[in-house]
Amino acid sequence: MNDLPLLSLLVFLPWAGALALAALPGLSDRAARGFALACSLTTLVLGLVVLAGFNPAVVGYQFAEQHAWIRALHVNYRLGLDGLSLLLVLLTGIVSPLALAAAARGARDVRLLGLLFLVLQGSALGVFLALDFFHWFIFWELSLVPAFFLIKLWGGPGAGRAAYQFVVYTIAGSAFMLLGFAALYAVTGTLDFSALAKLGAAGQLAVLLGPKAVLAVFLGVFAGLAVKVPLFPFHTWLPPAYAEAPTGVSMFLTGVMSKMGVYGFLRVLWPIFPAQLHACAGPLLWLALGGVVLGAFAAMRQTDLKRMVAYSSVNHLSYCLLALFAVAAGTTPGGPAAVSALSGTVLQLFNHGLSAAALFYGVGVLERRSGGRRGLNDFGGVRTAAPVFAGLCGIAMFSSLGLPGLNGFVGEFLIFRGVFGLAPGTAAIATLGLLATALFLLTFWQRVFHGPRAGAAAGSFPDLDRGELLTFLPLVALMFLFGVLPHLLTGLINPLVTAWVTPLTLP
Amino acid sequence: MNALPWTLYTAFAGALLVLFAGARSAALARGIALVTAVTGLVLALFAAVSFVPGPGVQTLVDIPWIDSLGIRYHLAADGISLTLVVLTGLAATAGVLFSWNIEERVGEFFALYLTLIGGVYGVFLSADAFLFFVFYEIAIVPKYFLIANWGSTRREYGAMKLALYSFAGSALVLAGLLWTYAAGGAHGFALGELARAASTLPRGEVIVIFALVFFGFATLAGLFPLHTWAPTGHVAAPTAASMLLAGVVMKLGAYGCLRVALPLFPEGFLYWQPIIGWLAVIGIVYAGLIALVQDDFKFVIGYSSVSHMGFVMLGLAAANARAVSGAVLQMFSHGVIAGLLFAVVGRMVYDRTHTRQLADLQRMPLHRLLPFAAVTFVLAGIASMGLPGFSGFPAELTILVGTWASSRVWALVAAFGVLVAAAFTLRAIQLAFFGSTGESAPAEHGADAHPLAPISLPEKLGAGLLLATSVLIGLKPDLLLDWINPALQSPLFQAVIRKGTP
Amino acid sequence: MNSLYADLFHAAAPETVLVVSALLVLGFDLVVGRHRTQAQRLVLATFLGGLGVLAALAVDVAVGATGPVFGGALMLDPLAVAVRGGVLVLVLLTLGVASAAPVSRQPAEYVALILFAAVGFLQMAAAQQLLLGFLALELASLSLYVLAGYDKARPESAEAALKYFLLGAVSAAFLLFGFSLLYGLTGSIAFPEISHALAYQPMSPLLAVALVMVLVAFGFKAAAAPFHLWAPDAYQGAPTASAALIASASKLAGFALFWRLLWSGLGTVAGQFTYHQSYPGWLTIVALLSAASLLLGNFAALAQHNVRRLLAYSAIAHAGALLLGLIGAGQSGPGPLFYYAATYGVATAGAFGVLAVLERHGPAQELTDLAGLYKRSPLLAGCLFIFVLSLAGIPPLAGFFGKFAVFASALQLGGVASPAGWLALLAIALSAVALYYYLMILKQALVARPTAAATPVQVPAVAAVTLIVAAALIVLLGLFPSVLLSLV
Repeated sequence: MNDLPLLSLLVFLPWAGALALAALPGLSDRAARGFALACSLTTLVLGLVVLAGFNPAVVGYQFAEQHAWIRALHVNYRLGLDGLSLLLVLLTGIVSPLALAAAARGARDVRLLGLLFLVLQGSALGVFLALDFFHWFIFWELSLVPAFFLIKLWGGPGAGRAAYQFVVYTIAGSAFMLLGFAALYAVTGTLDFSALAKLGAAGQLAVLLGPKAVLAVFLGVFAGLAVKVPLFPFHTWLPPAYAEAPTGVSMFLTGVMSKMGVYGFLRVLWPIFPAQLHACAGPLLWLALGGVVLGAFAAMRQTDLKRMVAYSSVNHLSYCLLALFAVAAGTTPGGPAAVSALSGTVLQLFNHGLSAAALFYGVGVLERRSGGRRGLNDFGGVRTAAPVFAGLCGIAMFSSLGLPGLNGFVGEFLIFRGVFGLAPGTAAIATLGLLATALFLLTFWQRVFHGPRAGAAAGSFPDLDRGELLTFLPLVALMFLFGVLPHLLTGLINPLVTAWVTPLTLP
Repeated sequence: MNALPWTLYTAFAGALLVLFAGARSAALARGIALVTAVTGLVLALFAAVSFVPGPGVQTLVDIPWIDSLGIRYHLAADGISLTLVVLTGLAATAGVLFSWNIEERVGEFFALYLTLIGGVYGVFLSADAFLFFVFYEIAIVPKYFLIANWGSTRREYGAMKLALYSFAGSALVLAGLLWTYAAGGAHGFALGELARAASTLPRGEVIVIFALVFFGFATLAGLFPLHTWAPTGHVAAPTAASMLLAGVVMKLGAYGCLRVALPLFPEGFLYWQPIIGWLAVIGIVYAGLIALVQDDFKFVIGYSSVSHMGFVMLGLAAANARAVSGAVLQMFSHGVIAGLLFAVVGRMVYDRTHTRQLADLQRMPLHRLLPFAAVTFVLAGIASMGLPGFSGFPAELTILVGTWASSRVWALVAAFGVLVAAAFTLRAIQLAFFGSTGESAPAEHGADAHPLAPISLPEKLGAGLLLATSVLIGLKPDLLLDWINPALQSPLFQAVIRKGTP
Repeated sequence: MNSLYADLFHAAAPETVLVVSALLVLGFDLVVGRHRTQAQRLVLATFLGGLGVLAALAVDVAVGATGPVFGGALMLDPLAVAVRGGVLVLVLLTLGVASAAPVSRQPAEYVALILFAAVGFLQMAAAQQLLLGFLALELASLSLYVLAGYDKARPESAEAALKYFLLGAVSAAFLLFGFSLLYGLTGSIAFPEISHALAYQPMSPLLAVALVMVLVAFGFKAAAAPFHLWAPDAYQGAPTASAALIASASKLAGFALFWRLLWSGLGTVAGQFTYHQSYPGWLTIVALLSAASLLLGNFAALAQHNVRRLLAYSAIAHAGALLLGLIGAGQSGPGPLFYYAATYGVATAGAFGVLAVLERHGPAQELTDLAGLYKRSPLLAGCLFIFVLSLAGIPPLAGFFGKFAVFASALQLGGVASPAGWLALLAIALSAVALYYYLMILKQALVARPTAAATPVQVPAVAAVTLIVAAALIVLLGLFPSVLLSLV
């Protein structure tokens, strides 16, 4: 297709930028910010280039690269991209520069921040593009390091603890995932996702490992992914981490990093362990449901706006898993319901990335204006003080609660349609989550933006400046764009999703 | 390949030279020590270039030594030896760089240091059990003096404890080897000959002898519960000594287990295998948990060494080609990483702040005062946690893969150990370097009040050398695995490695 | 008959040289030394004595191993030649030590006594007859008693000599009693004939008494537990050079004599003590002595504060190992035993040499007197490092290979099926214990800071050469043990 190793460039350009930043200790904050932003934008540019050359009708991996790497372990350096990866790469391309811009604004030591951020971005891209466990896991784990320091060094007063909790939880999951793959490797001698998926689909893994062990291995890999998403009840690290992280970092965490987990479910867990996932799907469905409902209700009870948005993330991501588990639990493969549910999942990934990032940004703006206050009751009448900001925030909220016409609606609608077809009872309960989401977002809207100007908004409360507008507006514009024209996205993934459900195996 | 024996000759010659040079000029002594260490590394790498991996050892020197007992001066190398020789060269070079600030009795310091290095080279290259033992003891003695003379916290206690444990261990080894030699009617101390002699002994005796030899060596490798010398010794030791201690001396023990105990007494090994495996995984987790609650920065690293050496022992206990190759890789990786961690703690931080209490360090914004140290420690910590991209990852992964094939429960517990390792490493990073990250806190402890000396060039070079190695092996473990794996095909190893795919 | 005496004269040539040189030393001192200072007389005497010893060494080598002499009263086999050579080297080292020690009253007499003792040692090395053996032993012992008490100014010296003498005399009585019983039982005083006669005798109570008597006496001489009581006091109180001689040359010669007596004289009643097959003999007693010495020597040494007492207990422990070598020598020959005793002698003489030099500048008794030696005299500290580590059995020093060879020979008797094997394992385990007290010495010498009063130590040239030679011997013999092993 192309002689340029586009995917490698995608992954390594941010890292190259980080290296360059590391090598230039004397850089001024301004120059560092500009340089970091430029490096961060390469993802979007290259993502669009890839998009231009992408053939949605092809189901397999495109732009694939493969090189022998570690002969002794039969590890190949293998990158590839399909519709799912492409969407997530684009999402990363969109969210990263904005998040970086938000984070770098007024921060100290911008060079280090930009450096860590670029490392983080590169790792995330690597996760979305790697097709062999070995380097996939490198990217997966490496993403923790910059995230840890971003939270710790630029975060709020409880950041140390939150960052520690975040990393330890995630590594705990990863350790078991690593063990799981170690076991897989011990019996199969390969770490290639495609090869493992073939074995998994043919039921070979269960034969090689034995029925009990295969379940243990499945649970290990599951644990690693579930912590990352996070799936209820593995989510307890998330609210403090998101709440303590600086705004830009929260945007990236929720916009991109939380997608890594769901991506892992779709790319790794389901294809390799279809039978095991099917067997466990019943209980898992309940867990996902728990995330949907309890996440929403927990959000409702928060008075800290950032924590509220954080819980809403738990809720929204649980929809994705709900759909996936519902499909996996289904006895009959295929069917329009499954297609719908899975398309919804992928769309939801993308949309939640946009809307949650926007919401965090909104809270960040409030925080900056009020000198760090972000309580639900610290504000009032922001709408009159800053109408543009209020409007943009409102759109983000409505996108988040799934108002038709905005992007959030399409994903959730498809998910619910699919899940109703597959597991009606679950879907019915899950609507409770929808309800609660609506409730807490409206409360947020009402308390903060309406009424007389009060609290932190009582004094001077300037509207968005040019820089903030430049960050906020693209997100909102995209919400409208994909709300009105969802097929721009679905077109990329439809063949893929159809292919997933027909033989119920993944490529 | 023929350059390899010169590694040990140069080390001993350098030791002698530096002893006399030290009486005249400290700078000269440092220079000689550095040249000697670098020469060793270059020789090792030079030999590595022409190394053709293959099963069995390749003889370098083989002349009769003590005829009446059939003892030969037999040096030989295979991929495993070569890996560890290269590691020794690296650790030695880095250690010299990190001891640049030694001012007291410089000549003697480096003389002992280089003697230790020479002994280590010798152990890795010996193909005769007697010779092996001789070098093994030569490597042990200087440690006592290095620690007792140039150490810190309770140095005489730490040094004595370490020396006694080491010697108790080596006494067990000696007892086992002599027993085999005498009772089995061996005609010499070549490993193959001893293996033949051991095979003539009744099973009960073999089991006891194996225990003597294995646990004797395992003492030095820090196998739980024989590890208690390690943390106190590490803490008391001066930086370079703790680097070597964790970096190569603990490897001597593991190497002894691998090279001598396992191939000579496969039957004994099969009997003890479950116990060794359990001790290894208990050690991994136990030492990790202890490290999690330490108040002294260096104790954290000391216990972490025990925990990581547990992985090596686990790899040996699993005893299939994969696990054992992982164990060797882990020896290399841990050697590099632990060296780096100790360098940061002992040289970069302690020598400047004169405290290792995490509570004290917490109050200093070290990441701003010593950014280089902070970055180095973070990277080394990441590597130590077994995060991918660094050498620890392929090593621990390979061990886990291999262990899974032997015992799933061990693999599971070990995976939990990985988690504990992450927890204590992160905790140390947090408390030591990022204890006070706020804008306001550092004012009174600031760099203005008591400026810390900037990180010197030798320190940077040493840290760079070790970090680069760890990343290189992390990304391209093939470099070593291609040496190690063929070596495991030798008949001696095959006697004990039965399961597993190469 | 004439040729017989000629042979005897030929065989005893080294002894003759020694006696002549001893007389020369005395005479020369009488003539020349009158108007000189004590120090000059000492140098002169040691120089002459050293020449005499060197000459004896040359003669010993020239005579070589000629086989039985004078109807088998002497046996000049390779072992005898080697032991005589070893003894002479050790005496030479002792003389070097003596030259450095604080000047004694009558230096020439002191040196002459050392030479007389050496004559006894040489005879012990070759004696193959009860009577000759006894005479040689007593000649050496009597000289040693005087040497131990030579420092009349110090009461400790007198105490040492008295204890040594009393216990030595008792042991001589035991030995004589045992010998006479043996003679009575076998009708012969020549070892080969005793052996021959005993081969046809069952183990009788009388024989058992004889064996016990001989071994008790031997235990006294070798300072094996539980007959060691004189050793710590003698080592502590005796002049340093005397202690060095007691610890080194006398051990080597004593073990050579007893090897010959026990294996070529009483070898047929050695007994057997494996688990499969066991009948009584002296092996059991030697094994018990060995075990007791190993345990007591090593553990008692742990508690010592005085360097010399510490070295004494270490000597007891080493005696235990040597007894083990004696057991093993039945099968593998005296090589390991000889190697062990000779290198132990060098190391211990060297250690006393260091103390002797130190004594010139103040007391050298307590461990703390060694503090900061590395600063006071790097040479002494370096030499002490080598000697003590050799005693501890650290490779590549000679002490290690000695232990190694002895333990190997003991284990070869029957693996762990025989108690000798277990003894070897015990000795190996105790060597780890021993490391502790040896390191305590080195800790003071190499680690501890010097006290404020400590002054740099001047090492006299002769002593420096002696110590360096001894250290070099330890290293070289450790690296090339075949050199010594091939002599035997």
